[in-house]
Amino acid sequence: MAISLEGDVPSDSVASPPSTFDISWDRTFRGLTRFFSWMTIFLVLYILYEIAGKAFPAVQEFGLSFVTGTTWDANRGEFGVFPEIWGTLYSSLLALAIGGFFGISIAIFLTQDFLPPRLELVFKNIVELLAAIPSVVYGLWGIYVVIPAMRPTANWVHEHLGWIPFFKTSLSGPGMLPAALVLSIMVLPTISAVSRDALSSVPHKLKEAAFGLGATRWEAILGVILPTSATGIFGALVLGFGRALGETMALAMLVGNSNQVSLSLFSPANTLAALLANNFPEAGQQEEGVLMYAALILMAITLLVNLVGTAIMNRASSHLSGEVK
Amino acid sequence: MEQGEITAFIGPSGCGKSTALRCLNRMNDLVRGFRFDGHVHFRGKDIYHRSVDPVAVRRYIGMVFQQPNPFAMSIYNNVAFGLRLNRVKDDIPERVERALRGAALWDEVKDKLKNSGLSLSGGQQQRLCIARAIATEPTVLLMDEPCSALDPIATRRIEELMTELKEKYTIAVVTHNLQQAQRVADKTAFMYVDTTQGGRTGYLVEYEDTNRLFQDPKEEFTKQYIRGEFS
Ligand SMILES: Nc1ncnc2c1ncn2[C@@H]1O[C@H](COP(=O)(O)OP(=O)(O)OP(=O)(O)O)[C@@H](O)[C@H]1O
Ligand SMILES: [Mg+2]
Repeated sequence: MAISLEGDVPSDSVASPPSTFDISWDRTFRGLTRFFSWMTIFLVLYILYEIAGKAFPAVQEFGLSFVTGTTWDANRGEFGVFPEIWGTLYSSLLALAIGGFFGISIAIFLTQDFLPPRLELVFKNIVELLAAIPSVVYGLWGIYVVIPAMRPTANWVHEHLGWIPFFKTSLSGPGMLPAALVLSIMVLPTISAVSRDALSSVPHKLKEAAFGLGATRWEAILGVILPTSATGIFGALVLGFGRALGETMALAMLVGNSNQVSLSLFSPANTLAALLANNFPEAGQQEEGVLMYAALILMAITLLVNLVGTAIMNRASSHLSGEVK
Repeated sequence: MEQGEITAFIGPSGCGKSTALRCLNRMNDLVRGFRFDGHVHFRGKDIYHRSVDPVAVRRYIGMVFQQPNPFAMSIYNNVAFGLRLNRVKDDIPERVERALRGAALWDEVKDKLKNSGLSLSGGQQQRLCIARAIATEPTVLLMDEPCSALDPIATRRIEELMTELKEKYTIAVVTHNLQQAQRVADKTAFMYVDTTQGGRTGYLVEYEDTNRLFQDPKEEFTKQYIRGEFS
């Protein structure tokens, strides 16, 4: 029972303790939010448990050789996903490099008074609209537009600069570069939206401080505004990378689905997500477990990326805000 | 404003002192909808002339803002920022130390120059911003209530600094502290919101030698203000 703070001297004060209704409503609300937060955690653990359970026989049978193996042959019962792991990381890193560069540039362009506010809003919405395009549409666009458009240039580059490992093969159709390019467009809205938030949350007084010292616009952006929002921008890149790692449909259509480990940008390749999407319909009992194992690896990679990203961001932000050294 | 003198701006809150001060180094150019009439002459040239680069203006006319605004970087880099902008290559550490000493902050931070500027207290941040502004030794220094977050001792130190600096520089300072204006300023400008004529903000009532303004103000508003009859 709460102790009453009521005084015995009569007064005109309208201050009163919260009513029983206020208190019970507050309790219910808190209980509900707690319940739902636990539910999400539980759901993640449950999915993980199910997949790990289904994958368990395959993990037992193939062990680490699954991660290092390079052939996938269901008839002979040989399974290895090293090319897929390689392809997943390679395509995502390429997409991150391209999408990150343009995404951050767009974010700078849209927050640093380069445009009148109204145009800023228009551009912002256009970029965000990219996120609304279904990934299968990106895939179709990649097959019918991007690949044909790229082929002449790609093959010219291969003929003349073929000694560079990146251009070792010719582009005969689907391949790493078209896949990474389309993927970079798909991660662009995420990266630019999150970096835009980071950039526009830089306090105005910091900009003033930079300009007050006689910085030009670029000196202020590079010397003060970008470093101040670095944590947020890094977060944008982590999110974009995570999205690229898991993207399935467009990659299954564009990457070539071929088990190769090659640096060449024009060579067909494969990714974990594409592998799963392509193989589950005809999977037999054994292959099902193997696919679950591959799914587990994909989840482990995305989880690791997110954990490392969060850890770096936490360190950076505590470093920025104070004492820690 | 005379070279080598300190000019103080006093007046009630919201009367446009900061705005007037920020006109002197074209800081208000960053404000959308800002319009400026008239001229500000510096070394015989109009800084609002079309062919004058506002960035160059701010290199010579430095500013300490009303609210402390250190960068989210180390104390050392905060002070060195302006030096790097001006492509100073030699003895940066010495200049940083001199600036921090000048702002009465050196003893408190000399062992933690690598810590973030944001880890300092409000008053320390204020002094860090002063150090940052004087590191490049600009010709004119605009200070918007530089002592508003400081204790009496640090305040005295900043006032001493102003008196030292005025040997070489010209200083304009906004202050709510009338004693401070009397202690440091050679000339004082009293500004006021003129409510009688539909509210003209940033209206200069009186501009005089500090002694004369405080001893024998000509305008009725000034008299009332320095007697403390309105805020
Ligand atoms: N000359 C002017 N014309 C129009 N508006 C003005 C003018 N000067 C100031 N203002 C407006 O008046 C408001 C207060 O101005 P300012 O911040 O300069 O006041 P201040 O004297 O510095 O107040 P404080 O002492 O509280 O810091 C601002 O919104 C500013 O835009
Ligand atoms: Mg002000």
